[in-house]
Amino acid sequence: MDRPTPPPSTLATKPTKVYFFGTCLVDLFFPDAGMAGMELLQAQGLEVVFPQGQSCCGQPAYNSGYRDDALKVARAQLDLFPGDLPIVVPSGSCAGMMKKHWPHLFHGEADEAKAVQVSSRVWELTQFLVQVLNVQLTDKGEPVRITWHASCHAQREMGVVEEPKALLRQLANVELVELKREKECCGFGGTFAVRHPEISAAMVGDKLADIEQTGAKRVVSGDCGCLMNINGALEAGRKPVQGQHIAQFLKERIHG
Amino acid sequence: MSDARAAILGTLRRTRDAHPLTPPPSDFTPLAEKQWPPEERLPRIRRLMEAVHTEFLEATEADWPAVVTDFLTREGASTLLYAPETIDGAKLSANTHSPSPPRGEGRGEGDVASSLTLIPYDRPIEDFKQQMFEGIDAGLTGTLGAIADTGSLILWPSAQEPRLLSLVPHIHVALLRADALYDSFWQAMRDGRWADGMPTNALLISGPSKTADIEQTLAYGVHGPKRLVVVIVR
Amino acid sequence: MADHAAQAVNFAAASKAALQDSELRGNFRRAMDGLMTKRAVQFADGQEWHRMRALAASVRLRALSKLPELLEQLETNLTRNGIQVHWAATTAEANAITLEIMRKANATLAVKGKSMVTEEMHLNAFLEDHDIEVLESDLGEYIVQLDGTMPSHIIMPAIHLNTKQIAHLFKQKIKDAASTGEDAAALTDLARRILRQKFMKAGVGMSGVNAAVAETGTLCLIENEGNGRMCTTVPPVHIAFMGLEKVVERLEDVPPIISLLPRSATGQPITTYVNMISSPRKEGEKDGPREIHVVILDNGRSSVYADPELRDTLRCIRCGACMNHCPVYTKVGGHAYQAPYPGPIGKILVPQMEGLAKRGEMPHACTMCNACVEICPVKIPIVEIMGRLRVEAVRPSATVKDAGAQASRTEALVWKGWAAMNSSPLAYRLATTALSAVGNAAPASLPLLKDWTSVRSKPRFAAKTLHDLARKKGIPDV
Repeated sequence: MDRPTPPPSTLATKPTKVYFFGTCLVDLFFPDAGMAGMELLQAQGLEVVFPQGQSCCGQPAYNSGYRDDALKVARAQLDLFPGDLPIVVPSGSCAGMMKKHWPHLFHGEADEAKAVQVSSRVWELTQFLVQVLNVQLTDKGEPVRITWHASCHAQREMGVVEEPKALLRQLANVELVELKREKECCGFGGTFAVRHPEISAAMVGDKLADIEQTGAKRVVSGDCGCLMNINGALEAGRKPVQGQHIAQFLKERIHG
Repeated sequence: MSDARAAILGTLRRTRDAHPLTPPPSDFTPLAEKQWPPEERLPRIRRLMEAVHTEFLEATEADWPAVVTDFLTREGASTLLYAPETIDGAKLSANTHSPSPPRGEGRGEGDVASSLTLIPYDRPIEDFKQQMFEGIDAGLTGTLGAIADTGSLILWPSAQEPRLLSLVPHIHVALLRADALYDSFWQAMRDGRWADGMPTNALLISGPSKTADIEQTLAYGVHGPKRLVVVIVR
Repeated sequence: MADHAAQAVNFAAASKAALQDSELRGNFRRAMDGLMTKRAVQFADGQEWHRMRALAASVRLRALSKLPELLEQLETNLTRNGIQVHWAATTAEANAITLEIMRKANATLAVKGKSMVTEEMHLNAFLEDHDIEVLESDLGEYIVQLDGTMPSHIIMPAIHLNTKQIAHLFKQKIKDAASTGEDAAALTDLARRILRQKFMKAGVGMSGVNAAVAETGTLCLIENEGNGRMCTTVPPVHIAFMGLEKVVERLEDVPPIISLLPRSATGQPITTYVNMISSPRKEGEKDGPREIHVVILDNGRSSVYADPELRDTLRCIRCGACMNHCPVYTKVGGHAYQAPYPGPIGKILVPQMEGLAKRGEMPHACTMCNACVEICPVKIPIVEIMGRLRVEAVRPSATVKDAGAQASRTEALVWKGWAAMNSSPLAYRLATTALSAVGNAAPASLPLLKDWTSVRSKPRFAAKTLHDLARKKGIPDV
């Protein structure tokens, strides 16, 4: 049967405290993006809790066919979020795993109810900033032209399409030029990138061409898997464009 | 092969019963809501069909035979295959100066007023297959009406008006009564109670034969008619 | 695993070759971009799209919920209408049935409309081995038959070729092609002249089935060219091939499918012809086949049906939109899959039909981007099924043919180690601290890194993890 992503839980009142789930890629490769995400939330007057016991949502094993291993890792996260608070994730893909796939992964397990409860509190960062906090940003940065790379899972598992672009459009000195093929995958796909390196290379090659034709100095994205792929290719190809996580970009802009 | 039948149905039944499936209800309202005011139906049909190269002629019950034969003569057609046993077919032959050829003959004779010869489809295809494929320029059929949603003609070929009339001749001329218009295929099917008894063959035709198999380039007249001419009869 | 390796289909090698063919890549990119745009125009009204696909999905699910009963009802009504029904568990049985019908009809030439089921059967090769000529009459199929290859797309079989290439092919293979123009119209006209002779002479016409209506015993076929009508009307015998999932309950269930299929496939509101056949030629009728046979093929579908999750594969109405929207398919084209069904639907259907020993790589040829899921007109959870098949590939079970064929001890150990590291906060901290400290010293020549760095720089571990930074900043842990 269809397994649509459950709609975001509507919060009766604006919360004063949230959990932050950093994700393993951010932890190891993009910690500044994680810090920026938490700072954006704090700047809105929220108390942010970062449970130190967290590691990974389990997606790599889940998508590779090793569901038992994925379950073990996902299960290790469940007790980290005991309060009935939103869990904010700076990645559409990991948020999608937790929100859409955990209920399926835990189906029939003793802790299914707990997993579903935790899952129902998950928000993607920009979705939370726009839908719940309705943030208003003041741009203090120099004029710059950027483009936006939408991650597949943010779009299609979390339904987050307009939120990040709405945030970027709040920035007075930022010119957002959209990609011609914004909806097209960059070719990361987790283990796909190393399982089918040539196809992945062709895909990221097309993505780079699309980014370049916008004339943007920066490509901003909400997912570190895509960023690792796009940035790695930009760097290897000695392109004058740089990829950056949206949390970090927003933080820089509002601090000037 | 009844072994295969029993094995297949047995597996399907056993596994379905082990894991029954409850389908969501079928809500046909998105089809039921496909409606257009009566005066918009014909223009819409015309627009959709013209977009795929269908041609339209206007006529009345009195003059459509002349409109059809004049058009075909002008377009250089020399043979028109028609259904003599239908009311329309009888009317066509009665109102056309070109007498039908005798049974079994290839061509009509004595076409004094025009160069168009009427050929009746009055025998099984096996008796004139070669002529059908190589010697017919146009075919005339009636229709049961047309569909506004998609711009489609409805045809139910019959013993009197056979299937190949609308397929093999290079030009298919179809008579459409201006009052026989439906909103959608679904509506036509329900109003006409099709499920109570389907004909040997029922067709929707929405333009001349076409293909885009060569590099997405539309080309008309690949296997079926190269031209579809709809005569709106008021 | 080793004994399976020999027969495994090598998608990686074929896709590598395809990627190097810049003409091929250009042909696919142009075509798929055009198709996606045209489809989007058809579904500009998002509300209508959502409601129509919910309706179409419900029609398909209702049919699957009563599949055995509907097949029996279909058989009863087809038979009552004078149509002969044959059941085939395997493609070999279906081929044998076909040969017998052809022999009884004394037919040595068959013309065929588009039928993907006959591609599963490799019917053309089989009949040719028995001295029967089968001519593909769909223009795209005709082109690939002339070329001696297979369709690269289920709706547009020759989409991998451009006009120039097709003109060249015609000149090589067709006698009177030399004097023909090289544009699509001239090439189409040449094919028309050649194939009309064949329609006239063929003893048997073959077709697929888009939907078979149990309630009335009706076969529905949609097409643009008229070759389908030719094949089902001119020759004295018509054989229709259908996968057993093609049945729908009621006649009323056909319009939703007819509405969504062409709009999804090629962005046209409807195909030129919707051809509904309910009986052979009746007494007094002047044309139409005197015999109609329907071959209902299983070929693994009943096993697909057995699993409640995998069953959704059978909702498919074969519109091919998933191919048009697949970023992997767009890059490598249809032939790289070496399967009758390429692209997303192929990646979930073919491994279930042919087994995971031969087709274990197919479910991995996917980034799980969900572009196909977003546009599927019958809401098949393609990516969920893809994930499930990845599980089946490494876990022996009775569910899918050759389940467990891709199991690798090394890979399983790697994931065990990964799970151990990520499920213990202490192990995780030790491991990530170590990676931050020395991870960047890993040489780019390491097996997986080597693949990564073929077009990318090495990923750089940050000096401090987010855990470290959060702790240092005093961000509370609870």
